[in-house]
Amino acid sequence: MISLQNCVHSYNRETVVNLPDIQLESGGNLLVTGLSGSGKSTLLHILAGILNPTQGAYQINGTDVLSLSESGRDRFRGTHIGIVYQQMHLIQSLTVADNIRIARYMAGLKGDQQRVKDVCKTLDIGNKLNSYPDELSQGQKQRVAIARAVVNDPVLLLADEPTSSLDDLRSENVISLLKESAAISGASLIVSTHDSRVKKHFENVLDLEGTEQNGVAV
Amino acid sequence: MNLFKLSYSYLRRRALNSLLNILLLSFGIATIVVLLLFSYQLEENLYSNAEGVDAVVGAKGSPIQLILSGIFHIDSPTGNIDLDEAKTLIRNPMVESAIPLALGDNYRGHRIVGTTKAYPDRYGSEIAEGVFWHRPFDVVLGADVAELEGLSIGDTIQSSHGFAEEGMTHQDSDMTVVGILDDTGTVLDRLILTSVETMWGIHAPHSTTDQHEGNDHDHAGEAESDITETSYLSEEHSGEQITALLVSYRNPLAAAQFPRFVNERTSMQAAAPAIEITRLLNLLGVGLDAIRVFAYVLILASVLGIFIALLNSMKERKYDLAIMRSLGGTRLKLFANVLLEGLMISLAGGLLGIALGHLAVELIGQSFAEARQFAVTGFVLIPGEGWIIALAAGIGLLSSVVPAIQAYNTDIAYTLSKT
Repeated sequence: MISLQNCVHSYNRETVVNLPDIQLESGGNLLVTGLSGSGKSTLLHILAGILNPTQGAYQINGTDVLSLSESGRDRFRGTHIGIVYQQMHLIQSLTVADNIRIARYMAGLKGDQQRVKDVCKTLDIGNKLNSYPDELSQGQKQRVAIARAVVNDPVLLLADEPTSSLDDLRSENVISLLKESAAISGASLIVSTHDSRVKKHFENVLDLEGTEQNGVAV
Repeated sequence: MNLFKLSYSYLRRRALNSLLNILLLSFGIATIVVLLLFSYQLEENLYSNAEGVDAVVGAKGSPIQLILSGIFHIDSPTGNIDLDEAKTLIRNPMVESAIPLALGDNYRGHRIVGTTKAYPDRYGSEIAEGVFWHRPFDVVLGADVAELEGLSIGDTIQSSHGFAEEGMTHQDSDMTVVGILDDTGTVLDRLILTSVETMWGIHAPHSTTDQHEGNDHDHAGEAESDITETSYLSEEHSGEQITALLVSYRNPLAAAQFPRFVNERTSMQAAAPAIEITRLLNLLGVGLDAIRVFAYVLILASVLGIFIALLNSMKERKYDLAIMRSLGGTRLKLFANVLLEGLMISLAGGLLGIALGHLAVELIGQSFAEARQFAVTGFVLIPGEGWIIALAAGIGLLSSVVPAIQAYNTDIAYTLSKT
């Protein structure tokens, strides 16, 4: 259960972002749409636990995320939240396998070779374990980024503009990969995008365009 | 996956740069190691060769020169002293023992030293082969001399005047090798020892009854006068000269009185090895300090090199750092990651530098005759090297702490929204 309530974030006196309330059941999917500047990134960063809102409440499976200490939140994020960024941000000096292993290491989890292999196999990059990121195609990189996000069996899987630079076919592939991966881990999935092609794949859509946001509960 | 592997992967990513910084640091460290090893061994060698000698008495002149020629046999003597005057010192109550040295000749560059058996005894040296001399023109070889010149018992050699190989040869003064000393690792190994009487014999004005007839090495003229520890003091040698006396005192009080007595009341001088060696090392220290400054400049350059490389790599990997944070890595983990990178470079440089330094000292020790005299080797570890590892670690921390703080302060949300 993901629950975000009454959140407001002010970067400074002028820029104040009012965030919609979100209630998302475990395993549920949610698409957040809106043009850039609509507060999508702010919302996603708060959901990811890398940005603390000025006020409000945020709970994941009963844990009050905002009351955790900084390092406590780091650890909680590592073990409970998987994030796929628009730019995949793979670590160029590490192999595919190590790029995924590092997610376990940074989260303070034990190295689990079998888990890493299984995830890669599921995402069809099992034969690329020892390749470096710059040897991969764009699609393969995206799969590595997804693998890295789900290797720790997150409760919440977040994806920021995962399809913005992809053609229609690839875009569909990525969305279904994300949905499948989330389903395998039993994670809730929240995708943020301004890409209208994605809408048809989600039942629940939160549009940040309206100034008055009533929130969503699914 | 662990911190070590992660740090290593970044070093490998910029392998050339890492290698250059490791090499730069290792050259600086190697220079320091060479200096340490060299001065340590030189010092130890100087003091150990002089051990047990409280004073060297010789002709007036430079005291350092007297010590160098009398103990280390690496400089010309200051001159000669009269045996009769020297005798008065030998009998002085402050003197426990006095070993005579008569210098002035060489065989193919190896100095021939006229002395008594007390001289090799002082170094704890034993005859390895053959016997000790008991007649004039018998010689005993130091271990190195025997090996280098391929001489063995029964061979004859002819001495040359002076200390250089090119000196005039005493054509009619065949000397017989009767013994070879064991290897002591001291100056003794490169000397040829004989009796004081031999030296006098070589330089004696030749009478019509030549003592050395043709190839007959019997030296019949002196056969009946066997050489003993004190035979050189007998009245018949009155008027002869020797070069120096190695004196050891009967009690510590003499250290204050004896040199003053010799320097003020006689035409000779007494020099204390301990004082002169310290003076010599101080003089040498100026040169060593100059090289040391050079080494520190190299090390400083490598600190800057590592610092700049890490700082640049922080720019390249700000997203990596943000990603690691977003994957759950704490600030401290990222801090440690960068610090470890600096440490790995500096420790690699430190270890390589120590290895290079030892190799260089060993090569110097083997290549230069001057260094060989002091038995310099690269195959010893000295206590100061622990400090070098600590120094290297300090360099790594110093050069990586600022980049590490940058990593520590990575703002994830800000960095990742800048894409």
